[in-house]
Amino acid sequence: MDQFLQQTLSGLANGAIYASLALAVVMIYQAIDHFNFAQGEMAMFSTFIAWQLIAWGAPYWVAFVVCLAISFIGGMAIERIIFAPIHDAPALSHVVVFIALTLIFNAMAGFIWEFTIKEFPSPFPSELPFATKLIGPHELGIVGITLIMLGLIYVFFRFTPIGLAMRAAAASPDSARLVGISVKKMLGLGWGLAAAIGAVAGMMIAPVVFLEPNMMLGILLYGFAGAVVGGLTSPGGAVVGGFLMGVLENLAGTYVIGSELKLTFALVVIVTVLLFRPAGLFGRVVVQRV
Amino acid sequence: MAMLEVRGLEAFYGHTQALHGLDFDLDEGGITTILGANGAGKTTTLRSICGMVSNNGSITFDGEGLVGQATENIVRKGIAHVPEGRGTFVRVTTEENLRLGAFTVRDNKKIADGMERVYTYFPRLKERRNQQAGTLSGGEQQMLAVGRAMMLQPRLMLLDEPSFGLAPLIVKELFEILRTINQDEGVSMLLVEQNATLALGLADHAYLLETGRVVMSGTSDDIASDENVRKSYLGY
Repeated sequence: MDQFLQQTLSGLANGAIYASLALAVVMIYQAIDHFNFAQGEMAMFSTFIAWQLIAWGAPYWVAFVVCLAISFIGGMAIERIIFAPIHDAPALSHVVVFIALTLIFNAMAGFIWEFTIKEFPSPFPSELPFATKLIGPHELGIVGITLIMLGLIYVFFRFTPIGLAMRAAAASPDSARLVGISVKKMLGLGWGLAAAIGAVAGMMIAPVVFLEPNMMLGILLYGFAGAVVGGLTSPGGAVVGGFLMGVLENLAGTYVIGSELKLTFALVVIVTVLLFRPAGLFGRVVVQRV
Repeated sequence: MAMLEVRGLEAFYGHTQALHGLDFDLDEGGITTILGANGAGKTTTLRSICGMVSNNGSITFDGEGLVGQATENIVRKGIAHVPEGRGTFVRVTTEENLRLGAFTVRDNKKIADGMERVYTYFPRLKERRNQQAGTLSGGEQQMLAVGRAMMLQPRLMLLDEPSFGLAPLIVKELFEILRTINQDEGVSMLLVEQNATLALGLADHAYLLETGRVVMSGTSDDIASDENVRKSYLGY
């Protein structure tokens, strides 16, 4: 029983990592209606920027905020320079560009900062005010930050005119223009926000797995699985999906399949969900009458 | 001066020319209709006004040129387009559709007032306010499209085949509401219709389009009593 509790809690901690990445994936899916494979590498690159700022002597939170700003602008720049010209191209062209971006960011990070692993600081205190061996302070911090981000995103999409306009521009660009929404601006904004959320995810993940260009390799698949399980249209679902993946991964690893098949497990979950519930557990099934 | 002046309008889909030098005027406060068979260029005319097809010539709204401007900026001048196929935002609710219609309106009180007015004209939309808009019936989605256009607080409304695919009773109801909106809200309308009888009943002026050219124009009564129009378009 103790082992079960231990595995579940550490699963939740891992799950928070997946959840924060899944959140970024869903966010950009809402804004551009595409699944951004490069999200993980963008987050990794952002984290390197923060690391560099800290290495230059910036305090953690200054580096954090500046990194968010740079990521936001960088995301908008990627949209404007790379994706705006191929906006009307078929989905496959986008997929190819996403893959290219993944490789480019990975190689660039390796070129600039080398492939040796680096330590990335955690902003949370190293000791908890209450004693527990089940979950560490940084893990608890990740859970908290993820939930805060989710809350902000929920409020943004649900209650602000810009959030609503972003969803509308992604789903029906022509109709959006006809009510006066600049689809171009919304796409740029979506990319900026997704890059910034990815940056937060990266900075939360790095203290756990150490910073290096390939740090997202194992995490990305679970993040994607979390997004698919929860539903690509639902930020809340993505977070639940992320946590779920973390717990399932641990429990399945401990009791069923052993640790060698852990990554396979994520793929099995993705395929199973897509087969039986393509919209995800919390995704909105879009019904359209004509 | 006319509110909308169109001179020598040409429009292209790739290399195919769809409009060959269109001239027409639309007076403030009135309802003008453009009639014509399939492929005459009616929808293209509306889409040209909103900058959604590549075109040249001149389109002036309140003395200001529209050709070459982005759709979202044209809309902001007070031109609401109720598009062919209704253009529903299917993933969001009815009420969110109306909110989107008011995207350019900054004053929250005006938005709330506008929504109340839309609900007065279309009580059915109020019943369905929290329903996902894609699940509304065709008639309800058409009402939603008109409601969304009203939320922009437009001076000119472009209506592309609002009767398309709707049951006759619904069409009758919808056209009566359009007349009321025109009279009570002072919204000018440019109506494109295949159903000539219906359109001439609502509009005060009419233009007849054939393969991208205006072949006849006049008051609705004149057009309706023309021998050729009666035979070809009204069917009696």
